[in-house]
Amino acid sequence: MKDPGYWSIFLNAALINNFVLAYFLGLCPFFGVSSKLETAIRMSGAVSFVMLVASACAFGINLILEAINAPYLRIISYILVISSTVQLVEMLMRKLSPPTFRALGIFLPLITTNCAILGLALFQTNKGYGFTQSIVYALGAGAGFALALVLMAGVREKLDLADVPQLVKGTAAALVVAGILSMGFMGFAGLGR
Amino acid sequence: MALKQVSSTDEFIKGLWRDNPVFIHMLGLCPALAVSNTAINALAMGAATTFVLLMAGLSVSLLRNFIPREARIVSYICIIATFVTCVDYAIMAISIELHRALGAFIALIVVNCLILGRSEAFASKHNPGRALLDALGMGVGFTGALFFIGVMREVLGSGTLFGVGLFPDGFQTWTVMVLPSGGFFAMAIWLLVVNWIRQRQADAEKQAVEQAGKAAS
Repeated sequence: MKDPGYWSIFLNAALINNFVLAYFLGLCPFFGVSSKLETAIRMSGAVSFVMLVASACAFGINLILEAINAPYLRIISYILVISSTVQLVEMLMRKLSPPTFRALGIFLPLITTNCAILGLALFQTNKGYGFTQSIVYALGAGAGFALALVLMAGVREKLDLADVPQLVKGTAAALVVAGILSMGFMGFAGLGR
Repeated sequence: MALKQVSSTDEFIKGLWRDNPVFIHMLGLCPALAVSNTAINALAMGAATTFVLLMAGLSVSLLRNFIPREARIVSYICIIATFVTCVDYAIMAISIELHRALGAFIALIVVNCLILGRSEAFASKHNPGRALLDALGMGVGFTGALFFIGVMREVLGSGTLFGVGLFPDGFQTWTVMVLPSGGFFAMAIWLLVVNWIRQRQADAEKQAVEQAGKAAS
């Protein structure tokens, strides 16, 4: 297999195969905290950080698991690393920025069950990325998640002021917006080949 | 006894409609949209999730008096991850094609908020029988929702159902329905239908109450 360059890995994760809009990973926070731009930005910061740490840890764990020949422990050990990282971020945030902590509320511990992070760890293992490649992949995925979340929040803030039928208001409208955004991201498909 | 009978069927029924995990609570959206591009994939995913739900519900319920409160989430996740690993290897053994089609999404059942949510909210507080009924109802509700989305996407997107062609040659398929954005649209359409039915039900109930009030006065 031809080794893809760092730039193409980054673009691939951020735009072409955007985690949220092409792979449907991390939809819960995507719909949950995208109603305000400010919380969306903070949330994507937290998620990107967890992604970065989880990606580095997953690489190390995978090496150990391959050394002891126990690939069936992969899912369980990845998820444990992710939940401990999330716990760490939660404690850090409570200490450093209490308002952010309060604004994110229940969605902060729920980063553990954000499939984007476990998905990232599994994809990088499946693709056989090296350490630097994994880190670049995580950065790209984080950037892609942030981009999708911020775009969505921008649209939804405007949507609040629009006069839509009662039936469509809320999640149904958000889903249609997400579908249109996803169509937009399909335009990147030819990039970086 | 009769009262208990009624409420335990209710435990099962509520997952199908009133508390449907996908359409009402928006839980487990990621797999619901990602692997619902054909009806078969949707059913397989639903079955796998239901199995994990049942086993996790049973184990959590049996162990509910032994797991300390502080460590409960981690314990639940470990239990769920164990069963997901079983399912992952089982599907690989049954059909390698299906495994390829579902991809990483089998492993991602671990982080399906539906399973952790039911373990935390229901199985940890009820006896094993109740927990199993609840898990079964939720699983069937989830599978049903996935199936509806899957059928809509497959029929419109590839003009087939379970791989069998439905339309004469002239039919122009809606390619967009198979693509990621189609998932969002199909989900939005079903959500509108569900909302519409629920609103009608609520209106009808309100009218019935008003009429009863008038009759009483």
